Amino acid sequence: MAGERSSKGSKKIKVPRTRMRQQDPQKRIRNFEEVTLGYSEEDAVRESMRCLQCKKPRCIEGCPVEIDIKSFIDLISRRQFDRALEKIREKNSMPAICGRVCPQEDQCEKMCILGVKNDPVAIGRLERFVADRELNEKEEKEGELKHLIKAANKGLSSSDNLRIKVAVIGSGPAGLTCAGELAKMGYIVTIFEALHKPGGVLVYGIPEFRLPKKILYKEVEFVKSLGVEIKFNMVVGKIFTIDDLLNDGYRSIFISTGAGLPYFMNIAGENLNGVYSANEYLTRSNLMKAYLFPKWDTPIARANKVAVVGGGNVAMDSARTARRLGAEHVYLIYRRSEVEMPARNEEIEHAKEEGIEFMLLTNPVEVIGKDGWASRIKCIKMRLGELDDSGRRRPIPVSGSEYSIEVEAVVMAIGQGPNPLLTSTTPDLKLTKRGNIKANLESCKTSKRGVFAGGDIVTGAATVILAMGAGKKAARAIDDYIKTGKW
Amino acid sequence: MYRIVKKENLVEGISRFDIKAPLIASKAKAGQFVVVRLNEEGERIPLTIAESRPEQGIISLVSMKVGKTTYMLSNLNQGDNILDVVGPLGKKSEIKKFGRVICIGGGAGIAPVMPIARELKKAGNYIVSIVGAKSKDLLIFVKEMKDTSDEFYVCSDDGTIGFHGFVSDFLCEFLERNKDSKDGNIKASIDRVVAIGPALMMRAVSDVTGGYGIKTIVSLNSIMVDGTGMCGTCRVEVGGETKFVCVDGPEFDGHKVNFDLLISRQRMYYSEEKKSLDLYKEKCKSKKM
Repeated sequence: MAGERSSKGSKKIKVPRTRMRQQDPQKRIRNFEEVTLGYSEEDAVRESMRCLQCKKPRCIEGCPVEIDIKSFIDLISRRQFDRALEKIREKNSMPAICGRVCPQEDQCEKMCILGVKNDPVAIGRLERFVADRELNEKEEKEGELKHLIKAANKGLSSSDNLRIKVAVIGSGPAGLTCAGELAKMGYIVTIFEALHKPGGVLVYGIPEFRLPKKILYKEVEFVKSLGVEIKFNMVVGKIFTIDDLLNDGYRSIFISTGAGLPYFMNIAGENLNGVYSANEYLTRSNLMKAYLFPKWDTPIARANKVAVVGGGNVAMDSARTARRLGAEHVYLIYRRSEVEMPARNEEIEHAKEEGIEFMLLTNPVEVIGKDGWASRIKCIKMRLGELDDSGRRRPIPVSGSEYSIEVEAVVMAIGQGPNPLLTSTTPDLKLTKRGNIKANLESCKTSKRGVFAGGDIVTGAATVILAMGAGKKAARAIDDYIKTGKW
Repeated sequence: MYRIVKKENLVEGISRFDIKAPLIASKAKAGQFVVVRLNEEGERIPLTIAESRPEQGIISLVSMKVGKTTYMLSNLNQGDNILDVVGPLGKKSEIKKFGRVICIGGGAGIAPVMPIARELKKAGNYIVSIVGAKSKDLLIFVKEMKDTSDEFYVCSDDGTIGFHGFVSDFLCEFLERNKDSKDGNIKASIDRVVAIGPALMMRAVSDVTGGYGIKTIVSLNSIMVDGTGMCGTCRVEVGGETKFVCVDGPEFDGHKVNFDLLISRQRMYYSEEKKSLDLYKEKCKSKKM
């Protein structure tokens, strides 16, 4: 390490991280456009110069899909943006998405040496920059994908696989990644998607202001350009079973159906009108574009006072959506304190800037109704006790501290579980107690021969990049299984 | 895209659409439904499958004009396309030989009860059908239901045909009439009731049968979005537990359903639905002018 800290390096350490432009909070709470505006070319080059180009780059170890971060940043610093993107695409088919929604602060950027004394290199922003640049250019010369496909196919593909069919269930991050990788290897890949749009949680869960759908669809177009077919409105478990697909000539199947079952708190009043699961609230707003009602047909409650329960990214997304839908007061109710919040710091900061009112160490005990509608939420104060299994201090109710506040809508963002629709029709697929599919985390193999699984349906709700990592591993394992026939 | 191969206006406000959907037709069973979306800006709404003909690759959907989407649907014709049709969704009806089964359909609810009555008949049950509507002119599938039934009764709220009153009133009289002459036990003569229609009707029927202890199945029509158990829009309380109509239902034990909650939740977007429909009607008017 000492060698890397050359005089040039120590100068770099002092250069502050390049800020990213963003929409002014007062302006953005009135629209659904993207909050962060990305780097300009000059911003990107400047930021890339901060990179120390370590001999042993630790950032790459921090990346679940092992992007050659060092090289792509070096290419940016030399203004070879196309090549930088090619470098990323060798490992990641969806950089514009990952650059936006990956928790880099816990992954690549956490490992960055600069981060020890200063801010780490803004790897995510740089990834986003090269991806956006290309997407914007592509818009100008629509349809020109050839060089990209060539880049993606580099060093891969053999014609032996050309007649072998593989099915992928679900077009979220795990499914899209797995499908893309398999297509690059020459397999005929069909994705079966239950909804009418591709992307899974990226389309129904993550709001427009954090991930514009235009960006998502462009990344999906890229995966399709590799030869992947997506069939919409296909609820596997209903229209086909896994065995139907195997009998239909699909040699292998990758299940990536995500964490699509909303949890509720099981407190009184949760079924009152105006009480939503975060899944419903976000699906209405994101997938169905309820924020454009009545131009678009799907309605959503336009409440003045909204309580969002939870402390994760989904809670932040819900709270910020409520604000944009016109709520004057959005209360974020979380039973622990801010340090225990699972949401990304950036999301917490953005939520605060947008005037979300944090009610910490507070837990709802009842939703009180009036004429069938939520009218108040009754809460109890909490204090933190000993460490629990998650390594965080356990929240304990403070007796006699109940109080209630006026609300018109409540959004429960306390987590999602595995949707049983597919697993319940595949009896020979072994599940965990929680209903997740039991699969080897390295090979993604399930208890059923030829069937692989990965992403949230295996791990429980996690991150986009982890799901993509699983998709990638599964593609390799599926290729291996089909070639060797070994299970 | 799913093509409408045939459209038939059954009565004022209720139409039948035969839709080319071979995969769904090959899998759909009595009691299941589909979710449709008409166009890019459209909402997702559940519609019952009234009939599926796998050999022709066709499913029949029946829709009553209530809100913007169903109005728009009613304006579609043979040769037009529906953007998305997802299904078959929900659990299929429990079909086996129960003995004597009363199948009750109210209004547009006659459409979903029809395939269930047919399957129950095929399974060897004695079928008593009771169908009802506001008026004679609003009754659908009379012939089809009659052909499926061993006993067939018609009711109308205004008395223009058959029994003058609600299906639940007729049911009450019918059950009294069919009391076992020896011990007055109705349970012995009727083994099951299947009732589908407006929530108020299903509640009234369940109240009647509850008194006699006859197992009663109702098919709930709550608001849905995805239809796959992902959002929870359609949640209802059954036996004190929260259930999702889309995946746990749509059929439930009528004696355990919290109908007040169902009715309240069905009206959640009442003002938005009205606004949406009014805007659509205005738009249609200005087009005509």
